Amino acid sequence: MDNSMKMRAKMQGDVAEVKVLIKHIMETGLRKDKETGKLIPAHFINQVVATCNDKTVLDMQWGVAISQNPFFSFKVKDTKPGDKVTVSAVDNLGTKFYGEIAVAE
Amino acid sequence: MLRRTFLKGAFAAALAFLKPGAVLASVWNKAAFSAKSRFEAMLDAGYNDAEESGDILIKAPEIAEDGAMVPVEVTSNIPGTTSMAFFAEKNPNPMVADFAFSDGALPYISTHIKMAETSVFRVAVKANGKVYTAGREIKVTIGGCGG
Repeated sequence: MDNSMKMRAKMQGDVAEVKVLIKHIMETGLRKDKETGKLIPAHFINQVVATCNDKTVLDMQWGVAISQNPFFSFKVKDTKPGDKVTVSAVDNLGTKFYGEIAVAE
Repeated sequence: MLRRTFLKGAFAAALAFLKPGAVLASVWNKAAFSAKSRFEAMLDAGYNDAEESGDILIKAPEIAEDGAMVPVEVTSNIPGTTSMAFFAEKNPNPMVADFAFSDGALPYISTHIKMAETSVFRVAVKANGKVYTAGREIKVTIGGCGG
């Protein structure tokens, strides 16, 4: 497993707050290379799925306007410390990213 | 003919299996993300005929110093919210993202987005078969797209 994804999950009452950071260039495809004058091809994460205890809780589609090194946070209710949260992502070139973490108290 | 149909089906199935998003539930909505206006994007993403709502809470800076990283935090207080989508109205492609909630996920998302210039940041929400929307202007002093 590479370390391109960082996750944190913490209880707030009976709600788990999950924070995720993925290392990715998120290239829009609209920028020009300053030396060649050619457009830099788009390269961005476009699909992300989060699960809690193997059930999908969040199914996301992203465009190029999610910032570089994407950060996102979400909340899942009726959870408890130790519950397993996973995040799977894929970019437009087919590169996959995965992270998992147990919810902390 | 039958054989051809069968092969076509088998080929399509193989392709579906091989495509990178196969592990993920939905198909990336290329039309909506390529749309040049937010009206078109909302239509393509199924968020058309939206009704203005005061129950979509948007937390975002009034002035973003860096359009490449604008923090936005959105909570829908509309009962039965199943998904929400973000739009930066003046971006070359206004649709930013679409989030579908299930199995205990609260209708809440916090993330960082790119905004090309000062514009309305719009959220659309699906709840109980209806679509609701709310927008908020964010002033951008340095643009975050293209360049």
